[in-house]
Amino acid sequence: MKAKPGRPSALGAALAQIGACGLFFVSILAALPRSLRYLRETSRQVYFVGAMSLVIIMTCGLFVGMVLGLQLYHTLSIFGGTAALGTVVALSLYRELGPVVTALLFAGRAGTSITAEIGLMRATDQLAAMEMMAVDPLAYVVAPRFLAGLIAMPLLACVFNALGIFGAHLVGVSWLGLDNGTFWSNMTANVEVWGDVVNGVWKSAAFGGVVALIATFQGYTTAPTSEGVAYATTRTVVFSSIVTLALDFVLTAFLM
Amino acid sequence: MTQRQSFQIGTGLFILLGFAALGYLATQTTSLANFEQGPSYSLKARFTNVGQLKLRAPVKIAGVRIGSVATIALEPDKLDALVTLAIDKRFSQLPEDSAAAILTSGLLGDQYIGIQPGGAPDALRDGDELVLTQSAIQLEELIGKYLVGGNTPGKTGGEPGKTPDAAK
Repeated sequence: MKAKPGRPSALGAALAQIGACGLFFVSILAALPRSLRYLRETSRQVYFVGAMSLVIIMTCGLFVGMVLGLQLYHTLSIFGGTAALGTVVALSLYRELGPVVTALLFAGRAGTSITAEIGLMRATDQLAAMEMMAVDPLAYVVAPRFLAGLIAMPLLACVFNALGIFGAHLVGVSWLGLDNGTFWSNMTANVEVWGDVVNGVWKSAAFGGVVALIATFQGYTTAPTSEGVAYATTRTVVFSSIVTLALDFVLTAFLM
Repeated sequence: MTQRQSFQIGTGLFILLGFAALGYLATQTTSLANFEQGPSYSLKARFTNVGQLKLRAPVKIAGVRIGSVATIALEPDKLDALVTLAIDKRFSQLPEDSAAAILTSGLLGDQYIGIQPGGAPDALRDGDELVLTQSAIQLEELIGKYLVGGNTPGKTGGEPGKTPDAAK
């Protein structure tokens, strides 16, 4: 279908969104030095997006680990390789599941609240009022939330991983009767600090930055109506999930 | 003021917890964790072939874990593998003539060291060597032997009859 003159096509609108998001990212980076004055605000945001997400991250990490332990135990027992359970669980958690699932949960738990908060600030003209008072909303509102996402995500992913290992241990060793020493010895023999654990940390930091960027961008550019805020919140979750998974593929290809 | 402080305490706790988790993952679940802790004493055993034995593999008596493999090294002059076992201090009454064998849990499972207690009155002490050993059974060599007819040159065949009942 041909686009009507004067109205951008769907493709053009999508490209414009991506372009605007990129420019927004640059302006956040430019605002970062100025936002250093508001460190207390940043730490408050770390509390909101990080510490308040701990319960859901820990619960989900525990259950993901338990499910992994159960599924892999049954699959590995076909080949008589249940001894590799610890290794397989640790590697899949550190490399993929930890960063990705944490990012998806983070988008749902923290990204939405960031979008809704900034979107309502936009809808109720609080952002305009800040500009009137010579307070840069990019430095005071947006940059601290972006930084908080960047800081909180790796920490949350580590907590997720630790709880996942605990859950797999619970199922594999305490319930299904795998030998405790075999579980740990195989894991410690095959998992590396830099290759696996730290790569996962880099990945989760990248995801945290992307989710926080999308959330703040959607909130900042929302249509200033209640419907607009609703759409922006939905878009945050959808775009964050898509970009996280796509970026995961690219990062995995680079970090391998 | 108190509310602001509670935010900061929460943030601090969260960051501490995150770094504690990172530290735990990095030191306890990776190759950094390969030092055994806890009170233990060490025994040595020589094998002509350790097969797929790994560090921290369990050491068992009667199927119960009593320790783990601390080091595996090649003895330069004798050209056999010297394995150091870290045995829990609680099990310090192993008779001197106990035998060590490298066994496999299941057909394709992981290898561990099984110790068959002897009957001597004296106990093994820290740093002593288990003289009677049985190497890992190489499955592919066994198969080769049966297929070709048993002329594989072999220190490695496992000598199933040498150590009495060690596979039990």
